[in-house]
Amino acid sequence: MTTTTSDAVQPSPQKKGFYIGKKRRQLYFKLLAYFVLGLGALTTILPFYWMVASSLKSLAELMQFPPTLFPLQLHFDNYEVAFRMIPFGTFFKNSAVVSFCVAFGQLFTCSLAGYAYARLRFPGRDRIFLLYLSTMMIPFAVVMIPLYVIIKTFGWLDNLAGLIMPALVSVFGTFLMRQFFSTIPKELEDAARIDGCSYFQLYWMILTPLAMPALATLGILTFMGTWNDFMWPLIVISTIPNKTLPLGLLMLVEQQAIKTPWHLFNAAGTFSIIPILIIFTLGQKYYVQGIVTSGLKGTA
Amino acid sequence: MATIIARMPEEVKPSKWAEFKRAFTGIRREETISGYLFILPNLIGFATFTIFPILFTFYLSTQSWDLSKPPQFVGLQNFAALGKDDLFWKTLGNSFYYTFGAVPIGIFLAFVLALLLNQKIKGVILFRTIYFLPQVTLVVASAIVWNWIYQPDFGLLNYMLSLIGIQGPRWIYSTVWAMPSVIIYCNWMGIAPSALILLAGLQGIPAELYEAAEIDGASEYGRLRYITVPLITPALFFVVVTSLIGAMQTFSQFYILTKGGPNFATTPMVMYIFNLAFSWFRLGMASTVAIVLFFILLLITLIQWRIANRWVYGFSGD
Repeated sequence: MTTTTSDAVQPSPQKKGFYIGKKRRQLYFKLLAYFVLGLGALTTILPFYWMVASSLKSLAELMQFPPTLFPLQLHFDNYEVAFRMIPFGTFFKNSAVVSFCVAFGQLFTCSLAGYAYARLRFPGRDRIFLLYLSTMMIPFAVVMIPLYVIIKTFGWLDNLAGLIMPALVSVFGTFLMRQFFSTIPKELEDAARIDGCSYFQLYWMILTPLAMPALATLGILTFMGTWNDFMWPLIVISTIPNKTLPLGLLMLVEQQAIKTPWHLFNAAGTFSIIPILIIFTLGQKYYVQGIVTSGLKGTA
Repeated sequence: MATIIARMPEEVKPSKWAEFKRAFTGIRREETISGYLFILPNLIGFATFTIFPILFTFYLSTQSWDLSKPPQFVGLQNFAALGKDDLFWKTLGNSFYYTFGAVPIGIFLAFVLALLLNQKIKGVILFRTIYFLPQVTLVVASAIVWNWIYQPDFGLLNYMLSLIGIQGPRWIYSTVWAMPSVIIYCNWMGIAPSALILLAGLQGIPAELYEAAEIDGASEYGRLRYITVPLITPALFFVVVTSLIGAMQTFSQFYILTKGGPNFATTPMVMYIFNLAFSWFRLGMASTVAIVLFFILLLITLIQWRIANRWVYGFSGD
């Protein structure tokens, strides 16, 4: 008897009480969310803070146990010493050249082909594209050995061309651009065709401006991916004048010293992430967009 | 009784060749030629640097080759040799240990992060930027810091542990703790993309469902359990599949943080392939291990698709 009444009848005062309780609960939940998010953000930031702080400490201070939270004395000269130890300017230039060439090369090859695969009719189109898709899951380890042999045959070993040439086309980029061009209304093309546009004019003068967001996404993903790439440069490049930034940093770390110069490592590390941070901050919108639409996992 | 069916006249199907020729004549000519020209640069790159290498790796797996002499055919001997190759089995085990250690933790953290970011919170962009920082930083740069954090004698981690009275292990220098060290480091680095994809999935759940459930008196837990969780499964499925594939291929983090040591405790399969090919110049053997890796990834993905209909909402299988 009692159970049925309490179950079936929910008098309005109780409902109101429930409502207030819910508001409060939501507030608590939100506070908890801020707390956990803040804690996570702190954990994420801490190593970065440590990198910057250590880059300004003296080696003796860095080796202290327990460690100091702030540098006792700011040693900006660490940066100078690190720069003298390895030619950062060269590495920086190499990274920039490779990343720009690869990004712009892909923008061109992938958007042009992406448009053709999405919109132009020609025999064998879908079959060829299916071949692209079927290779998307192939791990890099499967292609890297023949890739090395090809690069060697062309004489591109220990040469920036060995980093640029194989990366000028990407299946992922072609796929991304094809997806984008399929969403543009066909009427636009028909109108331009009737006005006498060639297909290339159509692509270049009408569709490319429309595709700017997609191009920005692909460009930033590719640029940052190339900038951070480690494994392939490690295989191809062997001498100092051709090293990219990641290899240059590694070189610094691997230099044998009696006392490991941690403070210099951190100065070099801090310096190396500045350009990528700037690009990321400026293009975050497109970068994030790219991650969401493609589910691309960053460095692997 | 004779069924009278009005038969459509057999459609005259043009032969493949005739169809092909027609694409090059008259009004379609320009479109066809433009199409081929547009894909040409892309296709050349794709054929040279993707298709050919894949086929060549399969070929190399049947050869013995050290780059100096011409390759020698050995049939399936490379594959047979793997059976007795202790290092192969060790690195295979390492890859599985890493993958199935790192991915569940990473996805759990990413899911929690996505749920929290979905609470109509202020400063989402700030949080997003912070959580993405490790992802966009050079691996070498962050590995330097983590290497130092893990230093047993003066590193940050053991210092923090000592504050609560724990004597920390030797982390990257210990055969037992080296792999967990890498797993922690990689999860610090790489959960942001997964979280972002899950967040997009959460934002795609229609608000009406929550409103209806609220009117029916569902608790917060009930809404999480019976609306959020089932409807997030497609995004979750995607994240699981891509994370597993990505984790099996992780290389840089291992190479820079631990160099694969101590005593091969953190050498994953990809690093074994790398060493076989570019340190020991056994290209045939390296290709063989690469082929094995390829089939393992294929198998993992196929299993995922097979069991997906048991847990992924609205999964159709194609």
